[in-house]
Amino acid sequence: MHPAPSVIVFTTLSGLGFGLLIWLGLGLPAVTGWVAFAFFAIAYALAVGGLLASTFHLGHPERAWKAFSQWRSSWLSREGVCAVAALLVMAAYGAGLVFFDTRLAALGWVGAVLSLGTVFTTSMIYTQMKTVPRWNTPLTPALLIAISLAGGALLAGEISAALILIPIAGVLQILWWVRGDGAFAASGTDMATATGLGNIGTVRAFEPPHTGTNYLLREMVHQVGRKHAMKLRGIAFGLGYVLPVALLLLPFSHMLAIVAVLAHVAGVAASRWLFFAEAEHVVGLYYGKR
Amino acid sequence: MTTLPETTTRKLGLVIDLDTCVGCHACVVSCKGWNTENYGAPLSDQDPYGADPSGTFLNRVHSYEVQPLATSAMPHPAAQLVHFPKSCLHCEGAPCVTVCPTGASYKRVEDGIVLVNEADCIGCGLCAWACPYGAREMDQAEGVMKKCTLCVDRIYNDNLPEEDRVPACVRTCPSNARHFGDLGDPDSDVSQLVAERGGMDLMPEQGTKPVNQYLPPRPKDTLDQPKPAGDIDILAPFLEPVMDEPKGFLGWLDRTLEKI
Repeated sequence: MHPAPSVIVFTTLSGLGFGLLIWLGLGLPAVTGWVAFAFFAIAYALAVGGLLASTFHLGHPERAWKAFSQWRSSWLSREGVCAVAALLVMAAYGAGLVFFDTRLAALGWVGAVLSLGTVFTTSMIYTQMKTVPRWNTPLTPALLIAISLAGGALLAGEISAALILIPIAGVLQILWWVRGDGAFAASGTDMATATGLGNIGTVRAFEPPHTGTNYLLREMVHQVGRKHAMKLRGIAFGLGYVLPVALLLLPFSHMLAIVAVLAHVAGVAASRWLFFAEAEHVVGLYYGKR
Repeated sequence: MTTLPETTTRKLGLVIDLDTCVGCHACVVSCKGWNTENYGAPLSDQDPYGADPSGTFLNRVHSYEVQPLATSAMPHPAAQLVHFPKSCLHCEGAPCVTVCPTGASYKRVEDGIVLVNEADCIGCGLCAWACPYGAREMDQAEGVMKKCTLCVDRIYNDNLPEEDRVPACVRTCPSNARHFGDLGDPDSDVSQLVAERGGMDLMPEQGTKPVNQYLPPRPKDTLDQPKPAGDIDILAPFLEPVMDEPKGFLGWLDRTLEKI
């Protein structure tokens, strides 16, 4: 799949932002006034910034409001509804903390659940794709939720929680990569089922329908970067999981914490780039590219 | 509404004969010709006369080489070339419809055609991801998703002569490799053709339940195989040599040259 920068930025930043909102909703850390304002500003900048980035890849962003209508069937629509509901509820909850020194606990819990729901619905947009076997697994929501909770804990300064959640996310990341590498072959979709010609013999693409490229090839048969996939996995794992844990285990300083957060975000972004760049869509079979 | 209908009254679709398709791409051209100037946004091209041309097509023809396995009777079986037209299969379980966040994609209850309401399409591209067949292409000029409409603006069009009320690809196919009809009616011509020829689903394991069916190529003549006993070719006797010995001038020349 084409690793569109807008979608990578969106899933990375908004995952982190909603992760922070989950912790803030639970009252961890229990902040009020200007400190709460700073936390909420960071969370909203990440969550809303990510959502705005995601609209950049739309053909018609001005019609994006219509995406709230199909929550009965569409995970993308559910994500939109969940995200807006989470942001509204958390805004009310945050206003209580910042301006009135009051923690409306129940509202915070609702906001936390909605924020978690946003991360979950985002992950289901990818998980539901039977056409991309690498994504089509319960490990995908598990991984994306773990990364969001771990990143949120890191930003919220919940060090002990982060020290548990980052390794969990790291283990899920490894499992997701290992399972993903065999997913296409295990899906049962191949040239034989794509063409229905398998009972005659071995099928090979002889001639594509056109000499140039097309939307399908650009969007879904993206091959760039597979060469460095293993190196990038190493970088993603080292920056995203190993380094933050190592830095958190050192005596606490704000400088180290900032480095840990930046390393984590960079690592997750690299992992997210691979999430798309390594994903093989079954339509590639018709072009003999799998 | 992007939930799929439980059932559709009819299941209009195509039956594509992989045995008779000659790979001429006439259906590709006629499809683009009709659909660029009728339903919805035109099918744009980018850099059409330049170094890197690409464009939106609703129907494309692939070609595959199928190599049969060697057997003791046929140690070197000839590969077979199969031309493979591919457009939207108007699936009963269309995954492209349910993922649509705006309700732009829908499957019609009356005839099962899968369409895009372009005024509602935000161009997110998710439906193209959900389709295993590559049937949907985002138009780069318009920013909306384009797909085969089964020529919905031809098949019900009273302004056209009756023989033209079929999809443009079907109307134009010079080798009758494309057939249009109601695959929900077991007595329709297309359903009978599917039953007779063993029509198949593409990627059945994807669970899309495509309406369009593909007819597999018939077994080919095998020139390099030993001839079966008996006269199987009714034309062969007519092609037997009618004369063993040349006559006339050529006969004289032949006999004279033999003597030298």
